Order: sequence, then C-alpha cells, then structure tokens
Amino acid sequence: MRITCPLCGERDRREFYYRGAALEAPAEGGSLEAWHAHVHLRDNPAGPVEEWWYHQQGCGSWIRVRRDTSSHEMLAVQLASAQEDL
Amino acid sequence: MRFSGWRVLREGLTGNRGWQGHWRDPDPKPEYDAVIIGGGGHGLATAYYLARDHGMTNIAVLERGYIGGGNVGRNTTIVRANYYLPGNSEFYSHSLKLWEGLEQDLNYNAMMSQRGILNVFHNDAQRDSAVRRANAIINQGDDAEILSRDQLREMAPLLNYDNNRFPIQGALLQRRAGTARHDAVAWGFARGADQRGVDILQNCEVTGIRTEGGKVIGVETSRGLIRAGKVAMAAAGRSSQVAAMAGLTLPIESHVLQAFVSEGLKPIIDHVITFAEGHLYISQSDKGGLVFGSYLDLYTSYAARGNLPMVEHTMEACMAMLPAIGKARLLRSWGGIMDMTPDGSPIIDRTSIEGLYLNAGWCYGGFKATPASGQCYAHLIATDRPHEAAAAFRLERFETGHGLMDEEATGAQHNLH
Ligand SMILES: Cc1cc2nc3c(=O)[nH]c(=O)nc-3n(C[C@H](O)[C@H](O)[C@H](O)COP(=O)(O)OP(=O)(O)OC[C@H]3O[C@@H](n4cnc5c(N)ncnc54)[C@H](O)[C@@H]3O)c2cc1C
Ligand SMILES: [Zn+2]
Repeated sequence: MRITCPLCGERDRREFYYRGAALEAPAEGGSLEAWHAHVHLRDNPAGPVEEWWYHQQGCGSWIRVRRDTSSHEMLAVQLASAQEDL
Repeated sequence: MRFSGWRVLREGLTGNRGWQGHWRDPDPKPEYDAVIIGGGGHGLATAYYLARDHGMTNIAVLERGYIGGGNVGRNTTIVRANYYLPGNSEFYSHSLKLWEGLEQDLNYNAMMSQRGILNVFHNDAQRDSAVRRANAIINQGDDAEILSRDQLREMAPLLNYDNNRFPIQGALLQRRAGTARHDAVAWGFARGADQRGVDILQNCEVTGIRTEGGKVIGVETSRGLIRAGKVAMAAAGRSSQVAAMAGLTLPIESHVLQAFVSEGLKPIIDHVITFAEGHLYISQSDKGGLVFGSYLDLYTSYAARGNLPMVEHTMEACMAMLPAIGKARLLRSWGGIMDMTPDGSPIIDRTSIEGLYLNAGWCYGGFKATPASGQCYAHLIATDRPHEAAAAFRLERFETGHGLMDEEATGAQHNLH
C-alpha cells in the first residue's frame, strides 16, 4: 500500500502512522454519549472510509485519507490543515 | 455414524464405501426457536451447546459461505490459557478445560495437541512480567513454569541463542497449551450440532434483521425470510455489518491478520514458540509445514489478504529468531478479517433489542475461545443470564469505563490494538 502525501508525493505505507477514523470531535463539554461514540463506536464499513494518517518519517504532516477497506485503494488525500471542519 | 477404531478397521476392509457426510444439508424451515448468524467456530459451538446443555434443538446456523471458510479455518491454531487480566483469564482457563475433553465429547478427532507453548523473553522487564504472569496462572489453577536459558535450549535448540540484539533469557512454558486442527474443530461442532437436530444452512447469507416493537422476529436471508424469536450474531470480522442490519453501531473495527505456512519439513519444532521481540508465533503442523504469523496490519481492512510490509516484518522476525529455517520455502500466506475492540477483549452480551444477542470482538485470539465462547453464549441465549465464565464480557464497559479489559495495556483506543 502506498500513500500520496500532498507535500512529498507517493510514499511507502511504512512512512506513515495510522491514527484511525477521521471523526469530528464533540464540542467541549459534549455529552458522555457523544464522547463515547467518538472514542469507541465505528461505522466500520467494507468500502470507503475517511481516516487520519501522519507522515511520521516524511514531512510530519497530518493528512486525511479516503481509502477503500476492501481493495486497499487510495481514493483521495488531503492535508488535514486544508480541512474546513477543523 | 460414530467414529471408532472398529469402524475405521471395518471401512478399511470394505473399501471405505460406508463413510457418510458429516452433517445434513436441509432446506431452511420458515421458523426456528433461535437462529445463529455465522457458521464459524463460535456460531457452530453455540448451536452445539444450545442443544447439548439446554435442549434447544429447533435452531439453525446460517452461514453465508461454507463451514470453515472464515477465521476458524484461517488462524494459526494456537490454544492456551496463559492470560493475565481478571475477567479474561478465567474464561480462557475454562476454555482450555473444555478443549481437553472436546474430542471425546464430540466423537471427533480435532487433532488437539498439547505440545506446550514457550513464550520466550529477551530482557529483564519481560522476564519479570513473565514471572508475574506465571504466578497468576498458577494461582488460578492452571500450569506455568519459568525456564532458564539452558532449560529452554534443551527444549528448543533451534532458536538463535547468539543474537546480540535479541538475547534469549528464558521462557514461560505452559505445557497444557498447544494446537488443534482448526477445520476439524468447525467440522466436529457442525456434526455434533447436526446430530442433535440443528439445521446447518450453508450458502445462506443474512441480509436483514427484522424487529417489531423493539423485539427481534427473524432474519431476511438469501434463502428467504426465516422467523425466530431469538437471533444470535456470531459473525467474527463482519460483526459491524451484521449489527448494522439491526441499527446498532458497535465499538469494533475490522482488521486483517496474516498467516503463513512453509513447505513440509521434518520435525524441527516440538512446541508452539512465541517471541516477545519482533513478535512472532510459530509451530509445526502435523503435516510438517511451519505455521506462523505476527502483528495485524494495524489499519482497518476487509481484504482477506494482507500487505507486504507485514510480510517482510514477519520474515525478518523469523530470520532473527530462527535463522535455521531461512532456506525453507514459503508455501502460502493468507489473511483473515477480525473484529478489533478498543480494549482488545471480546463481547458476549444481550443488545438493546429484545431477543438479539451479540458475540463479537474476538480480535486475534478467538480460536482458543471457541468451545467456551459457544458454551457461554448458549447459556446467555437460553437463560438470558451471562455464564459466570464470561460475565465480564459486557458491551457497556466502553461507555461506562467500568470493567475494561485492556488486553495489551495500551489504552482503550482503536488504533492501539
Ligand atoms: C491469521 C489469523 C491467525 C489467528 N491465530 C489465532 C490463534 O493462533 N489462536 C487463537 O486463539 N486465535 C487466532 N486467531 C483469531 C481467531 O481465528 C478468531 O478470533 C476466531 O476464529 C473467530 O471466530 P469464528 O471462528 O467464529 O469466526 P469465523 O470462522 O470467521 O466465523 C464467522 C462466520 O460468519 C459468517 N458471516 C459473516 N457475515 C454473515 C452474514 N451476513 N450471514 C451469514 N453468515 C455470515 C462468515 O462467513 C464466517 O464463516 C487468528 C485469526 C487470524 C485471522
Ligand atoms: Zn509528507
């Protein structure tokens, strides 16, 4: 599996740290249910997912990756800092 | 048909023409008392114990593929009870005891082989933790021994004792641990359940779970609607998708774990051996192939194949620990999709929907759980009360933070397990 870092280009998966599903964190003071869902519950689809990866052994960027969990295909990559919802 | 020495002899003398299929292939009935979703080891064992312990025989196991095609036939076959965490540890102890009587009980040769497991340690910290674990195992009534480097060398001479980076100090030994032929475990439970009247329906995919007023009333399948007052999920790596059919979201991610087998070799490894550094577990099958694996790929996946970085890592670990097998050819590798929970431990519980039960989250260690998981789940389904050996496997522990069983002591967070 290779991931295309928006800054460094296509790189081996081993350069990246996997952080997990890209979910919007509940607002500060959010309910227990909201935090439980954020930390633990997952839709876990067999298909495209949005997730955070960190280019640990490269430029050090956090990136948002759209990846198919059935085919391992990379569908889209974006710098996390380019996210509007952050 | 019962297996016996006499039967083998008679068939041998009469051209082996008398063997029959090990279970029937019935058509689905329109209604059962209970249906189990997933004909893996856990689903089949559940059906078997529902019939054996609770007399529930008007039940069916629904398997979308074929019996033994899932993780029950893809794992590295290790069976042990050297766990440490309260909640988990007594469950696996219970399971090992069931394994020890399983073949007699099922009248089926599952090739259960208590060849012993050696958990090799490489530094003082690992040794201390092995000693602590050994004491806990002994206190709970199971067997554990700490071997010195010399004692280990006598049992496992092939390991690399001259590795400066990963020096071998000794090992934790559990003699009652070992391996079992994984397909035969599925077949044995399938046959045992079938003989007690359970319908095993292969090529029967569950596509929907029907509820009415918060109660389950049956399942939609590729072979039509099947009604049942009790529906029990046991879908291993597909738990999230099956639960979603009932509108439930689980604390589970699906991950791939790979396994490897070499060409057949003469006997060179007598035990199951695991290495703490580099993480590797290896044993030799009765056919002579070395069976081994290491970590999961560590990102979510539904592809029943792995990825090359982990292949490379596993082979590197092999070369570091067992350089003598470097020239052995690799025959096959494959992947299996497993549920991973945030704390690395399983769930056997009721759900918020009446009559709908959950058996999930077995992560990378669920094969050894097969008989106890089936027995405890059957108890829950039949009586609506948890079996005492699995009382800690609650779904709500993630929400309340109460009773988390943090298997790897890394925290109850998804990307760490
Ligand atoms: C490579 C690898 C090595 C492992 N090594 C070990 C080990 O050494 N020791 C150990 O203890 N554990 C090990 N494990 C873990 C262990 O194999 C699993 O935790 C355990 O087998 C899972 O339970 P199961 O056997 O019931 O799963 P499965 O056999 O996967 O059963 C689930 C079944 O549900 C069916 N299903 C799914 N969705 C549907 C649907 N909608 N309708 C109908 N049927 C459906 C699937 O087809 C499947 O047959 C390993 C796992 C892997 C992948
Ligand atoms: Zn980069």
